[in-house]
Amino acid sequence: MNALRLSPNRIVSGMLVALMVGLLAFAIFGPLVNLALWAFAERWYFPNRIPSDFGFSFWARVFSPRGGAVAALGSSVWIAILTVVLSLAVAVPAGYALARLKLRWRGLILLAFLLPQAVPNLPVYVNIARVFYEIGLAGTVAGVVLVHASHGLVLAVWIASAAFAAVDASLEEAARNLGASPLACFRTVTLPLAAPGLMASAIFVFLESLDEFTGTYFVGVPDVMTLPLLMFNASMGGNYQIASITALLLLVPSVGFMLVVERFLKADVLAMVGR
Amino acid sequence: MSEAVDTAPVASAPRRPLEASGALGLLLVAPALAIVALFFALPLGLSVIGAFLDKEGNATLANVAKAYELYTTDFLFTIGIVSLSAVLIAAVAIAIAGYLTLGENPRALAALRWLYRWPLFIPFIVAGQLMRGFLAKNGTLNHVLIAGGLIDPLAAQSVLDWRGIVIAFVWKQAPFVTLLVAGAMASLDRQHVEAARNLGAPRWRVLFEIVLPQVRGTLLVGVVLSFVTMLSVLSVPLMINPNSPTMITVDIAYRINTHADYGVANALCLASLALAAAGAWFYLHHAVARAEAA
Repeated sequence: MNALRLSPNRIVSGMLVALMVGLLAFAIFGPLVNLALWAFAERWYFPNRIPSDFGFSFWARVFSPRGGAVAALGSSVWIAILTVVLSLAVAVPAGYALARLKLRWRGLILLAFLLPQAVPNLPVYVNIARVFYEIGLAGTVAGVVLVHASHGLVLAVWIASAAFAAVDASLEEAARNLGASPLACFRTVTLPLAAPGLMASAIFVFLESLDEFTGTYFVGVPDVMTLPLLMFNASMGGNYQIASITALLLLVPSVGFMLVVERFLKADVLAMVGR
Repeated sequence: MSEAVDTAPVASAPRRPLEASGALGLLLVAPALAIVALFFALPLGLSVIGAFLDKEGNATLANVAKAYELYTTDFLFTIGIVSLSAVLIAAVAIAIAGYLTLGENPRALAALRWLYRWPLFIPFIVAGQLMRGFLAKNGTLNHVLIAGGLIDPLAAQSVLDWRGIVIAFVWKQAPFVTLLVAGAMASLDRQHVEAARNLGAPRWRVLFEIVLPQVRGTLLVGVVLSFVTMLSVLSVPLMINPNSPTMITVDIAYRINTHADYGVANALCLASLALAAAGAWFYLHHAVARAEAA
């Protein structure tokens, strides 16, 4: 009603809101713009506001065989895929049991699946690396996948359980009443209906594995080189261009997922998380 | 509807025995539990035990004593950084979620809703690299401040110390807590809010006296989870502020990479576990207090 009345108060508060939104936009996009500038900078010295030369020579270096980015990207994606397969293979049955079946010690089991998200991870990585070193899993893809999966499957279990809980049980009853076996009912009714939620959990696990640094840093050395490790080495070596280019590669899936996540994770599933 | 329920037990009679015993459920949960037990719980236990063992495997308190002697400053530094970040994250989350719930300017609402989520899935290590560029002496922050006439070009300095760590943490974690809190606020009954607004209560009072008390639990979960997450981030302090005083995660990596000293490293791990436990206690304490008040 009074939205149309332009009192001085309203103009001031409108300007204040615009200022705050502008500051937030700067806080969010400032670092991203800075990174993009570095990724295309040939030379950039203080006090120049922007790089003195732009170009692609560092991109050529990063993607050359010696730059290692292609190999690191490949092993990152391969590890992430294996992590998703392993995590979902154990998380889908577990999520189904938590959502649908009578389960003894259910509360305790849910708590166990909360543990890896609620406890500092560094102690775990440090000590699993030592154990893996003794049994020959250190520096192997399998070792890194196991570490990523032990963390990722927790998210997958929670989301899968929520996705199964959100499936209307009367549809399953109907299929069973029409003579479908339990397995056929699961395969043709429950699974397709829970698919979007399971897809979301797969993407979560994939991203978490792709972005994981600390576990790989301890367990993967010296033979497994993922994109986050490559980025870290370049950054600590003082090579801002190469670090920025690899960071940009890592940003693409993260930002892409942020933009589409709501299509996969509907409110009805979110409401069931942790029930 | 009631008919369907009545006939259900008859139709599903054959699968009852396995399910009723609960064996099937445990069987399906077992592989996932085994992975968590073997590759998470076991190393966690080893860490706690390792804090009290010397290199020959004998029980000792030397690791804890050495960690205390060398790293007390870093321990306090870690508490300070993570607590300050947690408070700032809560403040940002309340401000943004509050405006999303009570704001009236449609353009500002749309812009805010689109804006705040960008860092949500960006990993800490990339956030660290982003801040390394942005907050450096030659970074965009200084250039904008200079261009805006807010600081003198000669006074430009790098913010890459403890402040840089806090900024990276808040930048990365605030959207997560905001998402949780805004979701909780959106599902509140609007009745009280509308009533208070109609009686002429200003928005900040509605936020702090009506909305916030109802979403305190969600806010607390988000802040405590962020607190624990930030405690074990290694990349950000390594990249932004690796020199002493720094966070104990850097010290843990240093003890292992340079000295292969798992004893002191595990003693430091124990300290970070104790901090996480304090966070959990803080949460439970408030949750219980809230349950008693209700």
